[in-house]
Amino acid sequence: MKSNTLNRLKRLALASAVGLAVGVAAGPAAAQQKLKVGLMLPYTGTFAALGNAIENGFRLAVSENGGRLGGREVEYFKVDDESDPAKATDNANKLIKRDQVDVLVGTVHSGVQMGLAKAANDNNVLLIVPNAGAGAVTGPMCSTNIYRSSFSNWQPGYAMGEVVAKRGHKNVVTITWKYAAGDESVGGFKEAFEKGGGKIVKELSLPFPNVEFQALLTEIASLKPDAVYTFFAGGGAVKFVKDYDAAGLRKTIPLYGAGFLTDGTLEAQGASAEGLLTTLHYADGIDNPREKAFRAGYAKAFPSAPAPDVYAVQGYDAGQMLATAMAATKGDAKKFDVIHAELSKATIDSPRGKFTLSKSGNPVQDMYLREVKGKENRVVGIASKALSDPSRGCKL
Amino acid sequence: MEFGTFLVQCLNALQYGLLLFLVASGLTLIFGIMGVINLAHGSFYMIGAYMAYALAPFVAKWTGGGFFATLAVGLVLSVALGYVLEWAFYSFLYEREHLQQVLMTYGLILVFEELRSILVGNDVHGVKAPDWLAGSIPLGDLMTYPVYRLFISAVCVALAAAMYLVLTRTRLGMMIRAGATNREMVQSLGVDIQFLYRVVFAAGVALAVFAGMIAAPVSSVYPGMGSQVLIICFVVVVIGGIGSVRGALFAALLIGLVDTFGKVVFPHAAGVLVYVMMALILLWKPDGLFKAG
Repeated sequence: MKSNTLNRLKRLALASAVGLAVGVAAGPAAAQQKLKVGLMLPYTGTFAALGNAIENGFRLAVSENGGRLGGREVEYFKVDDESDPAKATDNANKLIKRDQVDVLVGTVHSGVQMGLAKAANDNNVLLIVPNAGAGAVTGPMCSTNIYRSSFSNWQPGYAMGEVVAKRGHKNVVTITWKYAAGDESVGGFKEAFEKGGGKIVKELSLPFPNVEFQALLTEIASLKPDAVYTFFAGGGAVKFVKDYDAAGLRKTIPLYGAGFLTDGTLEAQGASAEGLLTTLHYADGIDNPREKAFRAGYAKAFPSAPAPDVYAVQGYDAGQMLATAMAATKGDAKKFDVIHAELSKATIDSPRGKFTLSKSGNPVQDMYLREVKGKENRVVGIASKALSDPSRGCKL
Repeated sequence: MEFGTFLVQCLNALQYGLLLFLVASGLTLIFGIMGVINLAHGSFYMIGAYMAYALAPFVAKWTGGGFFATLAVGLVLSVALGYVLEWAFYSFLYEREHLQQVLMTYGLILVFEELRSILVGNDVHGVKAPDWLAGSIPLGDLMTYPVYRLFISAVCVALAAAMYLVLTRTRLGMMIRAGATNREMVQSLGVDIQFLYRVVFAAGVALAVFAGMIAAPVSSVYPGMGSQVLIICFVVVVIGGIGSVRGALFAALLIGLVDTFGKVVFPHAAGVLVYVMMALILLWKPDGLFKAG
């Protein structure tokens, strides 16, 4: 913690020194005001690593633009949202009212996202969502000032529904936590799977964040489905995959999941996860030149940070989207109509592969089918090409 | 529900109930006998799980031992931790109000969580069960049951029996029970009550740490795991009757049963069933099923 703060101080000192030097060199020509970017991300707690990866990715994109967006120098403001939905509105207002930021970037936790999105809408501030997949943000709450660089919970689920139907499974049991992300993911799966001729035998769920799965695993064994679809993340994902294996079900009933089942959890899951198939908009071994350049640039810019993951990519693309938008408005973050028109036709050249944005501001992107091999989620193909979230309830 | 499935679910219920008892027994000791509301109990469980993960490489290097050597080292450390914590913090709380106890022990939760974050990080980790317990036995045509889960149940039963014997059949147990009823009287009979409390507290902490270590291979090790068990532990203690070890065992088994069958039969109400049961039991018996005495 202490060394972290020290590092941050050092970085800050360095940044301001560089900024000073540039300012002096540029002289009065750079009289335009700075573009204030407010980062509202989790910097403590379970999601701290995700928040840091997103910030690093975002900063990398901005520095590749020479530290300027739409001709304006970028100045950062940061708030730790602690992944606490109860503090979401207060934290958002710190950036909006106190720091008077032009753009908001955040966040990871879907519950916090709802508060942040509402604050952005109420105060007419541009918001870019670098992770949280809550459907409502690009659904009923959608607006010309909200865009997402990550995914909607519906997308990986829908892609997996297509895959499981194509693999010839007819009867499937779903299991997840009873909360928004789980419901939306299973909803997407169900939609595609039933369209493909499959039948959901039973939808099992347990309260978030309960991890006592044994009773439901016994239930699965007694139902004898062809396959199981699941949405779990973090500690719950680790335990579910291990329990599923220990119950002897992995050999008899194939398990499919949204990508979070095996992202950042493989070390702990060990051999129990080997061979699992999941869907996500990012994978190990995508292997295009854009991806390689991104990885090299990231490693050079943040030598002490862990290798970039899906969160770093989402942060990076949030930076790229903002750069595109600001180039169109010459740095004006209030011209939402221009920004919306520009981002609706733009192609974002992401390390995950090129993607566009839907009218509701959500990525229209390829969903990869990935297989766990060793400690990696290797790409085995594209589960669903240019998949667009239906954005139900969005009037744009 | 088929009869075979029903039996397996009963086994699940029993197994979950016993594990709950193991975690909650330390809390009922400290809460019931010493009168301290210890919110940090979940943190001790978390510390145990992280010890099982983080100590293993060191133990393997120094002693060449595996899971059980780690368990032994962890137990020694946890008794020491409990002893020091009682001396430094908890001994000041006995005469204080419950609110102050809650404040301090809540503070300890934050301290332990932050220390965990600094020392081990925020990642999820797995702990391997010892090889000879890693297998599983077939149940029916599709399922298998992990041997390690059965092993945990056996350990819990043994521990419950040992606690019962110590508390009811030994001189130490007699002094502990007497101290819970009337502290001053026991003191005036020449018993060093301060030392006694320190021992009880250390034992309570050791129980929680032991539960965390032994559950680590099935529960995994992750941030926030302590706060998850804390609430259900309090439910066990309150239903069972504060301070009653027998009550805790009974309550834990009851919760295991309700939770397991609730998830399957009433999936949409699974989250509240246990608490509904607690409310009903408290309406019927406000002091819990077995009042300590």
